[in-house]
Amino acid sequence: MKAREEILQRVQSANIAATHQPVRRDYAHTVELADPVATFVERVEDYKATVIRTGLDGVAAAVAKSLEGARRVVVPAGFNESWLPEGIDPVPDEPALSSEDLDGIDAVLTSATVAIAVTGTIVLDHTEGQGRRALTLVPDLHVCVLTADQIVGDVPEAVARLSASVDAGRPLTWVSGPSATVDIELIRVHGVHGPRTLRVVLVESTA
Amino acid sequence: MTSGRPLNTLETLKTLKTQTFLGIPPFPIAAKKALADSQLRGNMHHATHTIRTKRARVTSELPDWEELRVAGADIKDDVMANLDGYLVQLEESLVKAGATVHWARDAAEANQIVIDIARRHKVGEVVKVKSMATGEIELNVAMEEAGISVWETDLAELIVQLGHDLPSHILVPAIHRNRAEVREIFLREMGKVGMPAAADLSDEPAELAGAARRHLREKFLRAKVAVSGANFMVADTGTLVVVESEGNGRMCLTLPEVLISVVGIEKIVPTWADLEVFLQLLPRSATGERMNPYTSTWTGVTQGDGPQEVHVVLLDNNRTTVLADEVGRQALRCIRCSACLNVCPVYERVGGHAYGSIYPGPIGAILTPMLKGVGTSAQIDSLPFASSLCGVCYEVCPVRINIPQVLVHLREKVVDSHRGGVPGTLMTTMKGASWLLGGGWRLGLLQKAAGLSSRVLWKQGVIGRMPRPMSRWTDARDCPAPPRESFRRWWARTDGGLKNAGSASNTPRKGTGQK
Repeated sequence: MKAREEILQRVQSANIAATHQPVRRDYAHTVELADPVATFVERVEDYKATVIRTGLDGVAAAVAKSLEGARRVVVPAGFNESWLPEGIDPVPDEPALSSEDLDGIDAVLTSATVAIAVTGTIVLDHTEGQGRRALTLVPDLHVCVLTADQIVGDVPEAVARLSASVDAGRPLTWVSGPSATVDIELIRVHGVHGPRTLRVVLVESTA
Repeated sequence: MTSGRPLNTLETLKTLKTQTFLGIPPFPIAAKKALADSQLRGNMHHATHTIRTKRARVTSELPDWEELRVAGADIKDDVMANLDGYLVQLEESLVKAGATVHWARDAAEANQIVIDIARRHKVGEVVKVKSMATGEIELNVAMEEAGISVWETDLAELIVQLGHDLPSHILVPAIHRNRAEVREIFLREMGKVGMPAAADLSDEPAELAGAARRHLREKFLRAKVAVSGANFMVADTGTLVVVESEGNGRMCLTLPEVLISVVGIEKIVPTWADLEVFLQLLPRSATGERMNPYTSTWTGVTQGDGPQEVHVVLLDNNRTTVLADEVGRQALRCIRCSACLNVCPVYERVGGHAYGSIYPGPIGAILTPMLKGVGTSAQIDSLPFASSLCGVCYEVCPVRINIPQVLVHLREKVVDSHRGGVPGTLMTTMKGASWLLGGGWRLGLLQKAAGLSSRVLWKQGVIGRMPRPMSRWTDARDCPAPPRESFRRWWARTDGGLKNAGSASNTPRKGTGQK
């Protein structure tokens, strides 16, 4: 443990006043949006992802439309069965699919934990209905079903809501649109390694 | 070598010679060469202006942007002031979450830790997430020497690696390359180390990205060990955060069995809630997006999800020396967004390589000398002078690092480190000036001489090229010609303007300033 002691010793001898100066936190902790759902939809679409808004009775149909063209669809345990369209034969992840198996899957269907209106972000904490992290990574199409009450204003509200998941040791994946790069001449290209297509189904009880 | 099969280590070593910044000349010499490369200047101009415009747009969207900057700086200052306590707390949280914590005093120690873990798992290759810390310690070179191939998986890092090139930007390291160059590199090099690019590959960015996707997928799927850095480490929960765009980060953090993260000790934030500040500051400052496509957080080992063996290497490598510098320590707030690069008039024109470091641009001009030590080489000592001190870097910095202040501080240190011995031109000139300006009569004499000389020079209004050693100044600048009459003489002649206010025909000066 020699390196540890030496580094800590060097930090202590850096002659810095070890006082907790109060951190000025005058930024907005919540944001008032006229229509958070509309903002969320606009921002997600900005990333070239698609959103279908639906009432409770239209979820299965919206999911079916979003999955169009995908033959093999993995659906994690705990996903709300009433949202599954008829005629779909989901591939289970039990026992866990190998990375190679996942590479042969066309799409993944999940729910989410929180969504952020201002940034158009969806956050998965990989509990029931969301699957382990690899499921939403390797297949090329990710269909995510969100409920309107999961949408918060901005980042601080999402961080607060996710605190319990982090305390429980859960990993998180924040998704803002499909995988993208600007590494060649700063031209935005979608889908380098993560899913090239992201489709969101947004469930509103009043729609 | 055209097969897509994995190669044995020796064959790989033949083709993968990671370049280092060793041997890059001092900044003025390197800059001169870069300035002559019009392709490079074109690429850099386009890149820096595009990102800077996007950044300005998304930061102006947030009415509380300035308050977020203040909070970001304050949080990081608190971390620096109590770093020992936070490090111990982080270690406890990580161990509790099932991670193994290593401490590394310097680059060699960190590299050895990573090599030892890879060897214990008997792997000949690792996949890697783009990380500044591992670039700083030249991990790839050390791994290659140990017979372990390192596959860079970020698209830009892949372009740099396959092109036997050096990164030139913190965020988009291959920004000095255009699409035609990338296509050529992919066609020539991919087949040597794995899945080759299709022979009919075009230079469309989408198609080039597709080639990278296919080339890297087989490496992701078979990788047993991954190496990453981290953008943040949360002390109270033991959570690590990686902010990225492509999904290569997620591949590395999720698919392999073993994950090794090498992270600078300054990357700590005290609590999970503090991320509400940095996850707003970083994406908007870096790529100019409201949020980057993917952010991953993980807390040690999660059963049944992702790597079941998780290592964190806490890296000092002279960060504690920077911490001990009262003015310079603010550089440790840096979250590696590269906003300062994109707005810098110097960086925009010379590109990243001239800085001779993994950290280019304004932040590199202060970080590199502090991490490597002022006075250790002419190249390092040239960096604090690679700036016009215009201050735009400070204005855009999301954690309010006063880069111009640190630059001036380091210039002082560079000068101090060269005291004693034979004085150079600058020293001699300054000594002479100090003598001349040190007494009233000497100044008067100087002004008289200057007034006389101006009779020769004033027609142009400027002093043009002068002989060496003054040419080092006049080659790049115009100097206004001195007035025919000095202020002191005018005062004496007119009694402070009370009598005979007629001028001694001081010609208005034109054409001053930089060429």
